Amino acid sequence: MFEIRIHGRGGQGVVTAAELLSLAAFDEGRFAQAFPSFGSERMGAPVVSFCRIDDREIRVREPVMEPDALIVVDPTLLHQVDVFGGCKPDGFILINTAKGLDELGLGEFVKDFRHERLLTVPASELAREYTGRAVANAALLGGFAALRGLISLDAVARAIRERFAGTVGEGNVAAAQAAHAWVAEEMREMSGVASG
Amino acid sequence: MLRQVEGSRAVAEAVALCRPEVICAYPISPQTHIVENLSQLVKTGELTPCEFVNVESEFAAMSVAIGASATGARAYTATASQGLLYMTEALYNASGLGLPIVMTVANRAIGAPINIWNDHSDSMSQRDSGWIQLYAETNQEALDLHIQAFRLAEELSTPVMVCMDGFILTHAVERLEIPAQEQVDAFLPPFQPRQVLDPDEPISIGAMVGPEAFMEVKYLAHAKQMQALELIPEIAADFKRAFGRDSGGLIRAYRAEDAETIVVALGSVLGTIKDTIDELREEGVKIGAVGITSFRPSPLDAVRAVLGHAQRVVVLEKALAIGIGGIVSANVRMALAGIQLHGYTVIAGLGGRAITKASLHRLFTDAAADRLEPLTFLDMDWDVVNRELDRVACTRSSGPHAENILRDVGTVAAGPV
Repeated sequence: MFEIRIHGRGGQGVVTAAELLSLAAFDEGRFAQAFPSFGSERMGAPVVSFCRIDDREIRVREPVMEPDALIVVDPTLLHQVDVFGGCKPDGFILINTAKGLDELGLGEFVKDFRHERLLTVPASELAREYTGRAVANAALLGGFAALRGLISLDAVARAIRERFAGTVGEGNVAAAQAAHAWVAEEMREMSGVASG
Repeated sequence: MLRQVEGSRAVAEAVALCRPEVICAYPISPQTHIVENLSQLVKTGELTPCEFVNVESEFAAMSVAIGASATGARAYTATASQGLLYMTEALYNASGLGLPIVMTVANRAIGAPINIWNDHSDSMSQRDSGWIQLYAETNQEALDLHIQAFRLAEELSTPVMVCMDGFILTHAVERLEIPAQEQVDAFLPPFQPRQVLDPDEPISIGAMVGPEAFMEVKYLAHAKQMQALELIPEIAADFKRAFGRDSGGLIRAYRAEDAETIVVALGSVLGTIKDTIDELREEGVKIGAVGITSFRPSPLDAVRAVLGHAQRVVVLEKALAIGIGGIVSANVRMALAGIQLHGYTVIAGLGGRAITKASLHRLFTDAAADRLEPLTFLDMDWDVVNRELDRVACTRSSGPHAENILRDVGTVAAGPV
C-alpha cells in the first residue's frame, strides 16, 4: 500500500487533489481510497487530505499518519503545521514553490530526507500560466506522477478531464504536463550531479 | 458499473435507482452531499417521477415523509446528529403507523459540546424508536443496503434506517460497483402499500388507541422486527443472487471459528479491526471479529452462535451510554445470557477521534491477556480529565468543562478570556 498526504488551505483544491489521485489510480486498475481530514472547512484554514493506493481492497479507515509521500500545496503552512509529521525518511516530498528549500527556511527541517526524493515545483505559477488561476492542485499531481512514477501522467490527465470539462480541464491538464516536465528535468539534473 | 466515486454520491445514485417518489430533506453535515446529489438528479430529470421537497426542519422532513408514505408514495429522507434528535417525535410516529420510509443516517456525534464528526451517538439514541437499523461497513455495503432497505421496509411495512459513518464513509472516494437500473428494478418491485390515504376510498390512519388495545398494537411493531430477523438474511441471499455481492444480513464473522477473543463492532471501524486482526493472527493470537449489520432487530441467536465458543468478547462501540457505559455491549450480554465469558466494553472514536491500527493492536493484545478494565476508553487522555476534575474539586466557580479543556489542550489561548 502506498499512502499520500496532501497539505494546503481551504479553497486550494486539496480535497479534489486526493480525489483526482484516486481517480488516476482507479483508471490504472488499482484500488484507491481518497478522503479529507473532516474539519470545519473554510477558505484559508489548514486542510489535509489523504489517498491510499493498493493492488487489493483497502479496508483500513484511519487517517494517514506515516505517509510514503507528501504533497504540499501551500508552502506557507510549513512553519505553522507539522507538515512532515510521521513522514518516512525515504518518503517522497513535493512542495509547491518557486523558491528553493533554503529560501523557504526549510534546510533544517528536511536534512534527514533523501534529497533526490524531495523536490519543488512552481505549480501555482504553472497553473496561472495555463489556466489563468493559481490553483495548483492538478499541476502538482503531474509533478507527483514524475516524482514517484506510481501513476502515469496520462492517467492524471484522464482524471482531470473526467472531473473538469472543457477549457478548465484542458488548462489543468496542460499545467499538469508542464509540472511533470519540470519535475522530470529536476530529477535528470540531480541524477547528472549524482553520477558526475 | 465499476466507478471511483464518493460514498455520498453512490448512496444518492442507489436511492435514485430505487425510484423514490418523494424525497424531503433538511441539510446537515455530514449527510448533505447525499441529498444535494439527489436534488440534482431530480432537477435534471434523471430521477422522475419524483418530488424533491425542501423543508424547514428535520421535524418537517420526517412529517413530509410520513404524509407521502401514507398516500402510497415511496419516501426517502436523510439526516444526522441533532437533525435526527429534532425529528424524534415523528420517528416514533413513522414506526408506530407502520410506514415503510427509508432514511440514511450519516452518523455524527451529538452535542453539547457541539461536534460535527463521526460517532454513533445519534442513531444509537433512536435504537428503540421502532425503526429497523442497519449499519454499513463499507461504502459498497452502504449503497447495497439502501436497495435492500426499500424491499425490507415495504415487505414488512415498517421504516428502515441505514446508518453509515459520517465523513469516514460519506466523504470517502473509492471503487464502487453501481448497479444498473434493470437489476434494481428486477430486485425491488413497485411499492404496494398495506394502507393508503386515498380521497376516492377514504380511511383514517393514526387513531387514538386506549388501554384496551395499545399493547397489542405496539406488540405488532415488535412482531414485525422479529419477522425481519428471518427476512433480512433472505433479502441478503436474494441480493447476492441478483448482484453477486455479500452485503447486509444480520451479522458477519471474520476469522472467528477458532478465535478465543472476538471483537464485536458496527460500521466502518470493522475494516481497521480486520487489518489489525490479520496482524495479530500473524503473531499467533487467536482473535476474530463479528460485525453487527442489523442492530435492530437485535440478532441475539446469531450473535450467540458465533460468540458462544469464545473465551472473551470485546465490544468496541462508538457511543457512550452515560451512567452505565456500553449500549451494544448490553445487547451482546443479553445474547450471551447463561454463558460465562470475559466481557469488555471499549468506548472508542467519540466525536471523530481516529481509531488507529496502533491503538487497536495494543487494545486487543491487552484484551487477549485479560488486562483490560471492564469499561475502557480507547486513547483517553486521563491527565487532561484529571486536571479538570481537580479544578472542579478546588473551585466552586470552575467554569464550563469544554472551554477549560480546550484551554488545557491548547486549542484556544491560555489564560482568562
